[in-house]
Amino acid sequence: MSNAVSDRIAAPRVRFKLSVLGPLLALLLLLILGALLNGNFLTLGNIMNVVARSASIGIIAIGATFVITSGGLDLSVGSMAAFTAGLMIIIMNALVPTLGTGWMVVVVGMLAGLLIGGGAGAANGLLVTAGRIEPFIVTLGTLGIFRALITFLANGGTLNLNFKVADVYSPIYSGNIAGIPVPIIVFAVIAIAAEIVLRRTKFGRHAAAIGSSEQVARYSAINVDRVRLMTYALQGALVGVATMLYVPRFGSANSSTAVLWELQAIAAVIIGGTMLKGGFGRIWGTVVGVIILELIGNILNLQSLISPYLNQAFQGAIIIVAVLLQRSKRAAD
Amino acid sequence: MEENSASLAGVAVSKSFGPVQVLYGIDLTLRSGEVHALIGENGAGKSTLMKVLCGYQGPTSGHLLLDGQRVVFHDSADAEHKGVVLIHQEFNLAEQLSVEANIFLGREMQAGALLDRRGMHDRSLQLLRELETEIDPRQLVADLSVPEKQMVEIAKALVRDARVLVMDEPTAVLTAKESEVLFKQIERLRQQGVAILYTSHKLDEVKSIANVVTVLRDGRHVITAPVSDMSVDQMATHMVGRDVSDLFPQKSVLAGSEIVLEVEHLSVPGRVFDASFALRRGEILGFAGLVGSGRTELMEGLVGLRHADGSIKINGAPIRIRSLRDASRHRLAYLTEDRKGHGLLLNMRMRPNLTLLGLDRFVHGLIDEKAEEKALEKAISDFDIRAGDRTVRVGNLSGGNQQKLLLAKTMLVEPDIVIIDEPTRGIDIGTKQQIYSFIDRLARSGKSVIVISSEMAEVIGLSHRVMVMKAGRIVGELEGRDIGEESIVRYAMGLAGSAAA
Ligand SMILES: Nc1ncnc2c1ncn2[C@@H]1O[C@H](COP(=O)(O)OP(=O)(O)OP(=O)(O)O)[C@@H](O)[C@H]1O
Ligand SMILES: [Mg+2]
Repeated sequence: MSNAVSDRIAAPRVRFKLSVLGPLLALLLLLILGALLNGNFLTLGNIMNVVARSASIGIIAIGATFVITSGGLDLSVGSMAAFTAGLMIIIMNALVPTLGTGWMVVVVGMLAGLLIGGGAGAANGLLVTAGRIEPFIVTLGTLGIFRALITFLANGGTLNLNFKVADVYSPIYSGNIAGIPVPIIVFAVIAIAAEIVLRRTKFGRHAAAIGSSEQVARYSAINVDRVRLMTYALQGALVGVATMLYVPRFGSANSSTAVLWELQAIAAVIIGGTMLKGGFGRIWGTVVGVIILELIGNILNLQSLISPYLNQAFQGAIIIVAVLLQRSKRAAD
Repeated sequence: MEENSASLAGVAVSKSFGPVQVLYGIDLTLRSGEVHALIGENGAGKSTLMKVLCGYQGPTSGHLLLDGQRVVFHDSADAEHKGVVLIHQEFNLAEQLSVEANIFLGREMQAGALLDRRGMHDRSLQLLRELETEIDPRQLVADLSVPEKQMVEIAKALVRDARVLVMDEPTAVLTAKESEVLFKQIERLRQQGVAILYTSHKLDEVKSIANVVTVLRDGRHVITAPVSDMSVDQMATHMVGRDVSDLFPQKSVLAGSEIVLEVEHLSVPGRVFDASFALRRGEILGFAGLVGSGRTELMEGLVGLRHADGSIKINGAPIRIRSLRDASRHRLAYLTEDRKGHGLLLNMRMRPNLTLLGLDRFVHGLIDEKAEEKALEKAISDFDIRAGDRTVRVGNLSGGNQQKLLLAKTMLVEPDIVIIDEPTRGIDIGTKQQIYSFIDRLARSGKSVIVISSEMAEVIGLSHRVMVMKAGRIVGELEGRDIGEESIVRYAMGLAGSAAA
């Protein structure tokens, strides 16, 4: 009790941890590998292409980061995206007679996408919180339901967006602002906002606290159910945003739209260093994770030694390595 | 010397976590048939030394001797295999397994290729009855109370035929009566020739059951001496490095009788029945009773953590409290007895833990991390929190420092009424004194405090008034001079209830 406080408690030091550097290192290695394999790889065009293509899954993965950080899980995001895309197309097509084929229809369609996604996410959240059902079970159930609904809506075939509307809508995916593709801009803005929300707002702090210990959160006067519900609703809304970018890319939706996106999103979150059991999340890590996954596919396509069909095997291996790194982090401190 | 041959010894044991050194060249010898007490302030390094001795952590330098031979434990299982068993300060039980499965975890009895479930059941039952508990071996550990879990931990160690048994604060969560049972077992083991190392912040207990005492201070060895050569006060002085004989502050004189909180007919279904009491401004109101008498449940019901019926008035105005958020709005705060399970986020740092309850004070649009950091700085100095490094995860803080952090967290919201459940569980005597004087200052500044404690001396030494609970009911109220161990016990055991009515 005699020494001064400053003697006892050192100020925080900057430490370089493998878990922080891991995803960045992996990204760097992939970039080098890609450059060695193909001269066209490191061109601005190719890299922008890769990032733009990863935007939809990336935006969903950002939502998944919140859900997982708070100790939840959402397996339904892929079929939710397909379902949302299907409904958006139906709504826009149905509005053509009244609103014409201009921007108006597209704006209404996009808003509908946001609402449908947010609503679907909130439904998941309500089942988890008010219904007191395990998130794994709830979202496994809704995964099946949304997938069945898109198949039903498309009558087993494909829903196509009105050609003229698709033409108007297309710049949202393929357009550029100041030379940067629109999806990249949307992705970046959402990522930055999400990082701030997770790290610097009450909601973000509470989400991490709940993931760390629900009881402690409850005893700290946190409205656990409301925060949980909000993470699922946010996830849904971001699925909506991702779908807004997806629909102009293909102009159609069917039963195989966005299949296995949930796994890609969860994989990206884990590769990025977010703890699967909750309590700690990292948005920038998720962004890096998504880009890593997309790069693997890109590199496999640029070379001829290894079959691109092995893409998923590489992704799987990376996930396992990422979790191993997380564990060594825990053992280290 | 023969019969007193060394069982386990640490020689010049040092331990660092990264750049933070926790132990400095400690020599410690445990002898067969001897109870050795290890005492020291919170964060002195007791648990760390115990973990090193039992193979949970390797020493950074120095080594261990088992029966005079140099030994290296590869892990705790290796140490257990060699007869060195540690009972942790934090429980190490598989919550979703039964009591008997836990007792035999890792050394299941086999009947051929299958588990000998009957044999394990019978042995568990026998052990638990020897420990004088009513626990059913088939119960899930998750359903046990905290002292019951401690008993299971002890049964688990007994089944491992320990030659060296190390216990980290086994009595911190036990009542006096339960501790007695444990001491009987310790004495029995000692007579069988087991070497026992144990730590406790209850020094009179150390005085009565230990043969030898070793004192650590700031990771350094201070003294090892036969317990007969040291009084409790001397122990405390060695631990803290100053005199701590005046443990309790002088009780303040209550100025007025203005009632700030009035609880009437509060019931928590199945737990608390028709409890009524009032709390005055500047008053310290003690709640005594046996573990399980419903004190915690009553308070949790009051602050909205459990469903409760009844009427509550604050400053004369009737209010409804349906959740802890409602309680906070009325400046009523509750500090849980279960700091690990309900109080602190163990895998996070101190800063988010400190501000979790009062986060609103730090939000101006975004969370103001600089202000948080300042608050942490202040809490560290106000509550004398000792951590190697400010970024340490709270789970790695010593128990006492966790308690201080929890206190700081609750006080950050500047409540008018504070309910503190077991304020000094697992806390060293120097810090106890600090916490008592903190509670006293709080009351003197016009706040009102409710203290629940299983430590009789604490309730008696602090409270202006004491309510005694038994089986979910308030059975007695004592004030001023009437507050005493005997009068409390009479109510708590149900001896005085009918006579007084
Ligand atoms: N894994 C760890 N990483 C970093 N620091 C640690 C770790 N384990 C312990 N410490 C630090 O070592 C010091 C000693 O802790 P220890 O738990 O041994 O104290 P203690 O004497 O048992 O205290 P208490 O009476 O409160 O239980 C503390 O400052 C603690 O923060
Ligand atoms: Mg300890």
